[in-house]
Amino acid sequence: MEKSIEVHNLTVSYHSKPVLWDVDFELPKGKIIGIVGPNGSGKTTMLKTVMGLMKPDSGYTEIFGQPLDKVRERVSYVPQRESVDWDFPADVMDVVLMGRYRKNNLFKRITKEDRRIATEALEKVNLLEFADRQISQLSGGQQQRVFIARSLAQQADIYLMDEPFVGVDAATEDAILKLLRDMKNEGKTVVIVHHDLQTANEYFDWIVLLNTRLVAAGPKEQVFTKELLQEAYGGRLTVLSKLGDLISDTEFPLREPDFKEDQPQG
Amino acid sequence: MFDPVFIKVLLGTLLLASSSAVVGAFSFLKGESLVGDAIAHALLPGVVLAFILGDGRHPGYLIIGALIAGLIAHYGIAFIEQRTKLKSDTAVSLVLSTFFGFGILLMSYVQRTGQGQQAGLERFLLGKAAAITMVDLYVFTGLALLLLLGVALFYKGFQLMTFNEDFAAAIGLPTGTIRFAFTVLTVLAVTVGIQTVGVVLMAALLITPSAAARSWTSCLPRMLLLAALFASFAALGGTFISAALPKMPTGPWIVLVLGFFGFTSLIFAPEKGWLARRRRAASNRNKTQRENLLKLLYGAEERAGKPIAMTAGAMVDAREQHYEGLTKTLRNLKKEFLVVERPDGFALTDLGRIEGRRVVRLHRLWELYLTERLGMAADHIHPQAETMEHVITPEIEALIVKELGNPEVDPHQSPIPYEED
Repeated sequence: MEKSIEVHNLTVSYHSKPVLWDVDFELPKGKIIGIVGPNGSGKTTMLKTVMGLMKPDSGYTEIFGQPLDKVRERVSYVPQRESVDWDFPADVMDVVLMGRYRKNNLFKRITKEDRRIATEALEKVNLLEFADRQISQLSGGQQQRVFIARSLAQQADIYLMDEPFVGVDAATEDAILKLLRDMKNEGKTVVIVHHDLQTANEYFDWIVLLNTRLVAAGPKEQVFTKELLQEAYGGRLTVLSKLGDLISDTEFPLREPDFKEDQPQG
Repeated sequence: MFDPVFIKVLLGTLLLASSSAVVGAFSFLKGESLVGDAIAHALLPGVVLAFILGDGRHPGYLIIGALIAGLIAHYGIAFIEQRTKLKSDTAVSLVLSTFFGFGILLMSYVQRTGQGQQAGLERFLLGKAAAITMVDLYVFTGLALLLLLGVALFYKGFQLMTFNEDFAAAIGLPTGTIRFAFTVLTVLAVTVGIQTVGVVLMAALLITPSAAARSWTSCLPRMLLLAALFASFAALGGTFISAALPKMPTGPWIVLVLGFFGFTSLIFAPEKGWLARRRRAASNRNKTQRENLLKLLYGAEERAGKPIAMTAGAMVDAREQHYEGLTKTLRNLKKEFLVVERPDGFALTDLGRIEGRRVVRLHRLWELYLTERLGMAADHIHPQAETMEHVITPEIEALIVKELGNPEVDPHQSPIPYEED
């Protein structure tokens, strides 16, 4: 199996409370992959850690066998729609063009090529006619498609999306699904954080079941079983959550300061 | 009046004010308006110490003192937010008051030694454009130009960091550097701005122009330009007034003029302004009343099975509406050829019948939708439909009709009147 993302012994805490405990899995390339679990099970934390937005207490992640910094231009990220203020003064094109920003063009003007790529991305999500629309005037589904267009404009090989199906209308849902399949057919990898069990089986080829710890990861036929789902959705393990509260209350460090991680240099 | 010195002061004031406004715009958009205020207050000990330790009349010392104090304050706030359980507004207030108190303390010390009077230290508190020397003017005007250049250079970074910081980090932008650049620009903007309005009122110069500009436009570059214009006009106005009237401080006047722009914008701005919203409410009320009358006439026709007229008195009884309001609505409907006045009362025209039918149709469609899709009981749905019949657009109507499969009758078995084509 060719690997897209590797997660090694990952422990991450939020406000010094562990939300992911020693999670370890590998994901294949060229598939639509769902990270599935109940609310508060650490799905978003998982994605943010892979994107380098949260620092793990222990463990590490790699993309295409390399640290994120070496492959950043091949990775695209779609944050949760509610994580930004849509009243920001910008139109749809402005936001999609942000997908063309890079470290090495930060001080340069937007080029014609950038505009062409952004226009193409808008076309793919059926929002071309909305290019000049203020983002505050968009519906929830349209906002989500703007975010996806921005990520398409990055022209990456792997796409990490945080709950793209939340609060969107049926038409947007269909449009996103079709887009995901097209991307897969082009050999891209798509990783999606998703909380809805009803649709997970239909959307994804591969599923990571998460509930603070890893419950299972693999092809959906193997993971989507009654026993495993019950384990993931049957509530958090009492011992883990008690221990988490204790660590948070006493501000106890999760690793001793001089603990050496078994991690390749790079 | 138009001697070269005056023109230089004027130009300087314009640049000082607009540069602060442009930098402050990003704090305003990020919802961190208070941070600018805190940094402004925190600069006071910096500039006074620079005065004590260095040469108080040289602007270079002031800038360095301000920069150091401002950066300490900024990173102090960030440190408190990260390392303690205090909320952000508390951290900001804590730093603001402590630094400002220390600054006042230092100032009174300098004042007592008698040096303060000559240097005009008090100008940092409330601003005094007239006290600016020619050297100051050149230095600060240069700085203001630098600020505008800085914002232009970092525009993409500031824009993305303000809108979506996580995304900026995810694509590998140097977020720490961008934030540092922004802090330095803010501190410099405050250093420049306090020359005209002083520490206490600096927040107004950073934030109010953007708050006013945002009411008029939803395009970031245009908003920055407009904020700069508002700030410039305010600076101009304030300078003129304080020059014309004896013993008037510049800062408070600039801030007052800015406040005037701010409040005027809140009232008069299109779409978002208070007046526009009043107008919208009135137009909604008006639409509701018109459509209700057309619906009433259509209902009467439906019951009679033929076109009939209703007197205004009968309508008042049916609608429980004031006679004056009703006749005014009727007059308007007449003017638009939706109703005609006949000896026996008011009747629908063909055009009016189409409108009346549309309202009745929407009412019944929505009642059906509520029972079918939301599982509501048939005796609970009427009040809801009374409102929605005025709101539903043709697109939503088409969606409802499609979803319900071209229904024939509503939950009360009344026919849903479609337009025949």
